[in-house]
Amino acid sequence: MSSPDYTPDEMMTVTAARHLRNGAVCFVGIGLPSAACNLARMTHAPDLVLIYESGTVGARPSVLPLSIGDGELAETAACIVPLPEVFAHYLQRGRVDIGFLGAAQIDRFGNLNSTVIGEYSHPTVRLPGAGGAPEIATHAREVLIVMKQSPRTFVPRLSFLTSCGYLEGSGARRARGCPGYGPRAVITDLGVLRPHPQTDELQLAELYPGVTEEAVRAATGWPLQVASDLRTLQAPEPAVLAILRNLYARTRDAHTHPVRINLPL
Amino acid sequence: MELLTLSDAIAAHVRDGQSIALEGFTHLIPFAAGHEIIRQRRRNLHLIRMTPDLIYDQLIGMGCAERLTFSWGGNPGVGSLHRLRDAVERLWPQPLALFEFTHAQMAVAYQAGASGLTYGLMRRYTDTQLADVSDSRVRTINCPFSGTAHTAVPAINPDITVLHAQQVDAEGNVLIRGIVGAAKEAALAARRVLVTVEEQVESLQADLNSVVLPSWVITAVSIVPGGAYPSYAQGYYPRDNGFYLAWDEIARDRNVFSAWMQQHVLELREHADLLRLLGVAA
Repeated sequence: MSSPDYTPDEMMTVTAARHLRNGAVCFVGIGLPSAACNLARMTHAPDLVLIYESGTVGARPSVLPLSIGDGELAETAACIVPLPEVFAHYLQRGRVDIGFLGAAQIDRFGNLNSTVIGEYSHPTVRLPGAGGAPEIATHAREVLIVMKQSPRTFVPRLSFLTSCGYLEGSGARRARGCPGYGPRAVITDLGVLRPHPQTDELQLAELYPGVTEEAVRAATGWPLQVASDLRTLQAPEPAVLAILRNLYARTRDAHTHPVRINLPL
Repeated sequence: MELLTLSDAIAAHVRDGQSIALEGFTHLIPFAAGHEIIRQRRRNLHLIRMTPDLIYDQLIGMGCAERLTFSWGGNPGVGSLHRLRDAVERLWPQPLALFEFTHAQMAVAYQAGASGLTYGLMRRYTDTQLADVSDSRVRTINCPFSGTAHTAVPAINPDITVLHAQQVDAEGNVLIRGIVGAAKEAALAARRVLVTVEEQVESLQADLNSVVLPSWVITAVSIVPGGAYPSYAQGYYPRDNGFYLAWDEIARDRNVFSAWMQQHVLELREHADLLRLLGVAA
């Protein structure tokens, strides 16, 4: 098979962007989710509303931010609200349709760990921690998870439960009264996993072109179930890919200017 | 409000063993003030900050801190804070006790502190193990009206909050423009407030609903142009993303880190010297 003319990262980004309907309100994290949201905004979803947890509501950046609170987000936002408000008035109040999350570990029910590897009190790896993730996982109407797939990250058992997916599955999340629906899709570098309608267990639902079922199983730390209607997704459309590459090129240019500060004499 | 040099402000108001919040969410991070605390060799501090960022990596690595209250401890857009990790994973240069929350919890904790309440409230969600770790102080309580369960987070009232802002006017009122994070809440929750600013102006050209801290809630103001570098000050200079990338390499190794701090903080007199040394200012 000839190698495709796009990277797994690009396929992930385009796949995530395809999940975003025009007009939805998205709570965005830095990195691939931010790229996917802005790609969607620049293609099929011009009225997508982006909220970054820095309090920038309705940001329309022309280049991708490197931190969650870059000046580019502030300058292009409809409004900037204090941090307590973005979490209380927008997220907790139920005004966010889609929350994006990633993590160091995920289990078969879409629960996430971004806190520690090993024991909490004596961790082998201290990860950055929760940030806004537990509340996004709880309150966003639905969650999209974006993670590269490997047996080290897709694990049978989390070291630590930072943010809830479907908990123990089979309706446990709903029974616990969690306001949001939970992870609708886990978008990886190999395909897309979705929860089983009854058990909530993630199963392989979509493959990227050229990726085999066996390759996805090998990259999963539990015996992965496969949906009965497994299908293969379309490669990124050339026009969409061009917009994404252009966005990254503009971002690189914008972020290589040296900083100059004028000190008073 | 007193107008002091930064060195005098830290000498007069920051003591060993205090709880101190250097706030500013990705924006207006008070780096100059943090460096002055390191230069004056403060010890056993309880550091409080939602996103510890590079400045707390530096304070922790230099042995200034024994406790950290935080909600996300990474190098934004880059990866780990290696000095924070070294303190937690290998107790270097000393153990660091963690009091860990989520962003939303810290936001309501500052708000409660600023409001004279003993705790802040949020809708309950128990489905994170953060509530189960030994030092967690998050509790569940029931609403007296509806019976609904809520999560209670103890108020944060730092001994001192330190902010960086754009301007102070002739009367000592301070203007914060752009991303404000929980800066206002952290300031009003604190017993003392120190602010560094880009410049002093005759009057703030501020819109009616701007974030302005009145002079009488502020303990001291120091004029420190570039005081948020390598983070940014909206309207003055952008974030130095290159520095955040470079820090990943500097902080990875204990000796490289210590030598960098010696040369770029301990041996310098003030923040302007650092900006010149790094070639950021002429």
